[in-house]
Amino acid sequence: MNSMKKRDVENRLLAFEDLIMRISEALSKGVVELHDVEIEADELEIILQPVIAKAVAPIAERIERRIVELVKVAFEEVKLEFPGRVVEVKMGATKAEGGTRDKSIVLGGENLPPYFYITGLELAPHPPAFGGDIFDMRIPLPKAVKDVFGDALDNPIEWARVWVNKFGAEAIDVHLISTDPTIRDTPASESAKLIEDLLQQVKVPIVVGGSGNPRKDAEVFKKAVDVAEGERIVLNSLNLDMDLKDLCPYLSKKDAVVINFAPMDLDKAREINRKVYDWIPKDRIMLDLNIAGIGYGIEYGFTVNERARLAALIGDVELQHPFNVGAANAWSAREAWVSMDPYWGPREVRGPLWETLTCVICLLTGADYFMLLHPVSMGVLKEIRDYLFTEPNPSIDRALEWVSAKL
Amino acid sequence: MPWRAPSPVDLYGLLPKTNCGKCGEANCMAFAVKLVNLEASVEQCPPILEDPKYRQSYQRLKELVSPLVKEVVLRGPRGVVKIGGEYVLHRHELKYINPTAIAIDVDDSMNRDEIINKVKAIESFSYEYIGRKLSLDLVAVRSVTGDAEAFAKAVKVVIENSSLPLILCSLNPKVVEAGLRALSLDYRPLVYAATKDNWREMGELARKFEVALAVSSPGDLDMLVSLAKTLSNSVGVSDLALDPGCFIGRGGLAYTIKAFTHLRYKAIEQGFKYAAYPLVATPISVWTSVKGDAKAKAWWESIMAIALVTRYADIVILHSIEGWVLLPLVLWRFNLYTDPRIPVAVEPGLRVIGQPNEMSPIFITGNYALTYSIVSSDIERARIDSFLLVIDTEGIAIEAAVPGRKLTAEKVAEAIKAYGIDGRVRHRILIIPGRAARLSGEIEDATGWRVMVGPMDSRDIPGFMQKHWVPEKLEELMSRG
Ligand code: SF4
Repeated sequence: MNSMKKRDVENRLLAFEDLIMRISEALSKGVVELHDVEIEADELEIILQPVIAKAVAPIAERIERRIVELVKVAFEEVKLEFPGRVVEVKMGATKAEGGTRDKSIVLGGENLPPYFYITGLELAPHPPAFGGDIFDMRIPLPKAVKDVFGDALDNPIEWARVWVNKFGAEAIDVHLISTDPTIRDTPASESAKLIEDLLQQVKVPIVVGGSGNPRKDAEVFKKAVDVAEGERIVLNSLNLDMDLKDLCPYLSKKDAVVINFAPMDLDKAREINRKVYDWIPKDRIMLDLNIAGIGYGIEYGFTVNERARLAALIGDVELQHPFNVGAANAWSAREAWVSMDPYWGPREVRGPLWETLTCVICLLTGADYFMLLHPVSMGVLKEIRDYLFTEPNPSIDRALEWVSAKL
Repeated sequence: MPWRAPSPVDLYGLLPKTNCGKCGEANCMAFAVKLVNLEASVEQCPPILEDPKYRQSYQRLKELVSPLVKEVVLRGPRGVVKIGGEYVLHRHELKYINPTAIAIDVDDSMNRDEIINKVKAIESFSYEYIGRKLSLDLVAVRSVTGDAEAFAKAVKVVIENSSLPLILCSLNPKVVEAGLRALSLDYRPLVYAATKDNWREMGELARKFEVALAVSSPGDLDMLVSLAKTLSNSVGVSDLALDPGCFIGRGGLAYTIKAFTHLRYKAIEQGFKYAAYPLVATPISVWTSVKGDAKAKAWWESIMAIALVTRYADIVILHSIEGWVLLPLVLWRFNLYTDPRIPVAVEPGLRVIGQPNEMSPIFITGNYALTYSIVSSDIERARIDSFLLVIDTEGIAIEAAVPGRKLTAEKVAEAIKAYGIDGRVRHRILIIPGRAARLSGEIEDATGWRVMVGPMDSRDIPGFMQKHWVPEKLEELMSRG
C-alpha cells in the first residue's frame, strides 16, 4: 500500500515535471503556442515568472536531480529454443572406429542460429573444421597459392603432406579433376590408387572430389569407397544430374559420407536429400548450397545458407545437415588474384584475405566444413574459430583506448 | 515485434482514395502497393500531407510503415548518410535498408598536410562495380591531444578539404564542444561518445546542437540500454547510436558477435525500444588491442569490419585507408544490401559490339550483371567486333549457372532462334565461357552449331582470339564431324 501511494505521488510529480520541462524547452526555442495565441518567449517569461517562480524553484532543483540520475534498465538475456537440430556427421574413422585416421571429425549438431550465444546453452556441440585442397593434376592456380606450395603442386601426396604437417590442415580435399573425360579421362581405378596412397601418407580424414562429370564421378566414387573401406571418406559431391538410383545403393553398403550439392536452391536441396535418404542414413549426408566469392554473387549463397539453417532449426528435417563450403570459389573474384593498381595492394595479400573473409561470412551463416586453397586462410580461420568458441567475456579495461591513442 | 508487412488494402483504406495521381501512380491502390514494398514514402502523396483532415491517417500510415530500428540522419554540406532504419533480422525476410556507413579516421595530432592527404584519400576512394561507384561515407576526427583548440583546428582542416559528414570522437565533452562549434550549420555529425562517465555533458551537448550521439558501453549491455533510456527519455536526445564495444581475441570476438546480434534481435523481434537504434562498430579498436605489425592489425581490422557488417553494424569506424582492406568491405556491403527479391541482372538478348560482319565471332555469356559488365568491357576494350549473346541465367553467375542448370544447351538454342543469329553470320561457331566447358557437347547437339570453348576468364579473350579465331582453326572446326 505504502509503496503504491508513493509511486502515485511520484508519477504525479513526474507529470508536472514534464510540463515544466516542456515549457522550458519551448522557452529555449523561442516561441510557445498556447490556445492558438502566439506569445513571444520573453513575453511569456515575464508573464510566468512572478506566478510560478516560487513553485518552480524546488521542482527545477528536482529536475536537475532527475536528469543527473541514470534510469536503470536491464538488458534481459534473449531466450530462444528451437525444435530442430542439425544432424551430427562424422568424417574419417580412427582405429577404434574401424579406420586408420589419427582423428575423426564430427560436424553439425547445432540447435541455435549460428553464433547466437545464450548463457548456459552450448553454442554448438562441434566447431567447424578446415580442410586443405589438392588437385590430381596441374591446374591454373592463383600465384599466391603457387608461391606457397611450389613444387609440391606436381605431387598430390607431397601437397597433402605439406598441408597437414606444415599448415595444420584438419582434412584433405583431393579434387580428381583429371578424371574428366574431356580433360585426361584418368580411369577410376587409377584415381583409387591415389586415394589409397593418400590414406597411407596422411592420417587426416579425406574428402574425395570428382571432376563434375555426373557419369564419371559415379564411377570414381564407387572405386574410391572400395579402396577406403572403413575410413569414412567424404564424397564431394552428389547432385541431381547423377544416376542416384544406381550410385546410392552401392554407397549404402559402404560407410562413406556424401555431400549433396544443390546450388542456391532449397527445393533442389530437399529433393536430392529425399532421394538419397532411401539408401544413405541422414548422419552420413552433408549439404553444399554453393557459395561465390565476395563481389561475385556471395549474397545468394549467404542468404540461401541462412534460410536453410533457420528452416532446419524450425523443424525442416530435410535441411538438417551440416554445410560444406568450397572456399576456392572465393578466388573466382578477380580482385582476389589479378594485379591491380598498387593502391589496392599486392595480390599475394588480397587473395588469402579474400578467401578468409568469404569464409568468415559463411561461418556466420553456420557453415561447418570449409575446403580451403590457401594456408594463410587456414591459420587465420582456426584462430577465429578459437575466438568464437569461447565464453563471451571481454576484457574491458582498454576498450576505448583507440579513441584517443596515436595509431 | 517482428515486422509484418501491412497489407496494401489496409494502407489503401488510410489513403485519400481520390486517385488524383499526384504521387506519380495511377491510383491510390498502386501507391499503397509501393508503400508496402518500401518503394515509396507516405510523404510522396501530397494531399495527405497538405489536407489537415488526413492528419490522423497520415500518422497511422507512418506507424504502419516505420522501421523497427530508428533511422538516424547524418549530414555534410553536400549530402546525407542515413544509418539504421532497418526492418528485419535476415535479409531474405525483406531486404536490408541503409548500407552500413564506412568512416575512416584522422586525428588532431596529425599535421595539416597529413590530415589533408588522408581526407583526400577517403574522399577520392572509388571502385567501379557493375556500373556503380563504390565509395566511403564519413570522416571520423579523433582527439589524440585532448586539447579543445587543437581538435577544433583539425576539424576545420577536415571540412575545408572534404564535404563528407563527420564523426567527432572524444570522450571529453569540452573537446567535443569545440569541435561542434567549428562546424557550420550544414553539418550534423555523430558525436562519439557518451559513456557512463560523461553522459550528462555529452547528452546536453547533443541536445543543444541537435546532433546524433553515439552511446558507448563496452562490455556492459545493461549500462548501454540504461544510457539509451536516460538520454532519450530524460535528456531528450532523440538520435542515438549504440556501441556495445568491439573486442577480439578469446572471449572478445564471441562477446562482440553476441552483443550485436542480441541488440538487433531485441530491437526487431521483441520491440525493445532501447536497443532499437543504429549500431556502431569500431574495428579501429584492433589498432590498440591486437599485437603485431601494421599489416597484422589491418588484417584483423578487415575481418572485424566484415564480420560486423554481416552482423548488423549500421556504421563502422576504421583506421586503414589501404585499398586491400577496404575493397572487400565495400563489395560485401554492396552485395549484402542488394534487394534479394530482385536478382542483380541485365536484360538478356543480343548485344552488338563494334561493327561486326558476317564472319565476326559470337560470344555467349549469362545475364548476371557482374558477369555481363566484365565480359562486355573486356571485349570492348580489346576492340573485337563481335556479337555478345546474353542468356537469361536468372541473374546467376556462370560458375553457378552451369551446375544449377540456369545455363543450358536448350536456353542457348532458344536464344539463337529468338535473336535470329542464323541470319547475322555465315559461320556456325559459338564461343562459350571456359566455365561452361562441360556444356560444349550438349550445346552442339541442341543447336547444330560448333562450339569453341573460350578462356576461363574473359580478360584472356584477346589472346584467345589471336590464337584460335584464325582461318585454319575455323575451317578445321567447321569440317569436323
Ligand atoms: S497522390 Fe495520394 S491521393 Fe493521389 S493517387 Fe497518389 S496516393 Fe492517391
